Amino acid sequence: MKEILSNITKDYLYRLLKEGKRIDGRDLMEYRDLTIEPDFANSAEGSARVKLGETDVIVGVKMEVGEPFPDTPNQGVLTTAAELIPMASPEYESGPPGEDATELARVVDRGIRESDAVDTTKLCIEEGEKAWVVFIDIHVLDFDGNLFDAAGIGAMTALIDAEVPASEFDEAEEEEDYPLPIEHVVVPTTFTKIKDQIILDSQLEEEKIADARLTVSFNEEDEIVAMQKGLRGVFKYEDTLECIEKAKDIGEEMREKVLDEVERENI
Amino acid sequence: MGSNEDIELLKDGERLDGRSFDELREINIEAGVLKRADGSAYIEWGKNKLMAAVYGPREMHPRHAQETTKAVVRARYNMAAFSVPDRKRPGPDRRSIEISKLMSEALEKVVFTEKYPRSVIDVFVEVLQASAGTRCAGLTVASVALADAGIPMSDLVAGCASGKIEGQVVLDLGKNEDNYGQADVPIGYIPRTEELCLLQMDGNLTIEEYEKAMELSIDACEEIYEEQREALKNKYSTELDKDQIEELEEEVE
Repeated sequence: MKEILSNITKDYLYRLLKEGKRIDGRDLMEYRDLTIEPDFANSAEGSARVKLGETDVIVGVKMEVGEPFPDTPNQGVLTTAAELIPMASPEYESGPPGEDATELARVVDRGIRESDAVDTTKLCIEEGEKAWVVFIDIHVLDFDGNLFDAAGIGAMTALIDAEVPASEFDEAEEEEDYPLPIEHVVVPTTFTKIKDQIILDSQLEEEKIADARLTVSFNEEDEIVAMQKGLRGVFKYEDTLECIEKAKDIGEEMREKVLDEVERENI
Repeated sequence: MGSNEDIELLKDGERLDGRSFDELREINIEAGVLKRADGSAYIEWGKNKLMAAVYGPREMHPRHAQETTKAVVRARYNMAAFSVPDRKRPGPDRRSIEISKLMSEALEKVVFTEKYPRSVIDVFVEVLQASAGTRCAGLTVASVALADAGIPMSDLVAGCASGKIEGQVVLDLGKNEDNYGQADVPIGYIPRTEELCLLQMDGNLTIEEYEKAMELSIDACEEIYEEQREALKNKYSTELDKDQIEELEEEVE
């Protein structure tokens, strides 16, 4: 079911944005309050609950011993899935993941996997035979905009929080659990374009009138590791450069926040 | 990205297929290749072979997906089972679902959708042989097929990717360069308005490298745009003989 935003609200939003203001009083480039709660679900190897304004997302990491992919026999396997469950919004329906959930999962996945955030070579137990498989599951509880950042930050936190459950698996050939090997701390920053205005961390109503979306993920070495443009609108090349510069700064802030919350050494 | 560092992608500072850093693979586009479709096009891009078909505007099913004020552009990117070395299981996987979504969004930007409320314009992109860069080739060939279908559009969309191999920013990654390179940035570009309607990136790039990659891709998109227009001209232009030209000239006078 599609929710409708009244024209009067739309016009109000447009008018505010034209004056450089937002419906919740934030500046155009201001993030909402972010709270990160690591280790939310003890049943998971690692987990995190992230609240970004009213958006509420839980990410859980589970691990088991499986087979490595034939083309990467000396690496563990990382896989990300997202569920937009009906609890989170009247627009979400039960059933297999649709294209929105698929895009969300793949963007989070790319930010983590292609950036080598996790050292998957350390997750190989026996080359070509046995390796750890890491499942990252994104569960959206309340949708108030900007799922990409909430899920991306949640996934990174849950991974840092994760312990490899070696003691529970005979095949692991190790007695003690150990922290998941993390190489980089990657966080996404998402911008939304509404008409000619670009804003940071859009909330629900703003997303409903959004023309285009741009997510930029940075690692701690100030390298861009993933990008994704979404929705039907367009960006000028110069706009993307501005977003990238901003994402670098915001990313640094968010990274510190993540590391402050998770108790872990050696990162 | 960078999963196997032993694979050599540059030899004596040159690409293994002999291309320069800013050189595209060979591209050939043909418009109007299918009988039943309302519009179609075929592209060979290096070793990639893709076909696109357009049906519509036609009535949107399911009806709840109709938009009351405009047409919906619905692209479906699909890889043939035999298009890759290891057989691909037929049907949509997560990658194709994502690419289909991004392609729909990118193409809708250039179509005057408000002319056809409640309808759908279906764009089917079939990858028959894949060799890196299929989403960009798909976007490129799909917009030619849309034009071939006579759908009113503000411009064509040209697609192209740049990336990084062994620390060097290069245009249009080939298969090994894509598999073992360090970064890949595919874009969809609207030449007339100089706008990006598709932009993705994975791997790692500094901001300077991103700038370099975008510069290469945008220039290449202009080149691809010419190829697209040429394909349409080839199909739709007619050569006039002397008498016809004289006749026209008389009419003008």
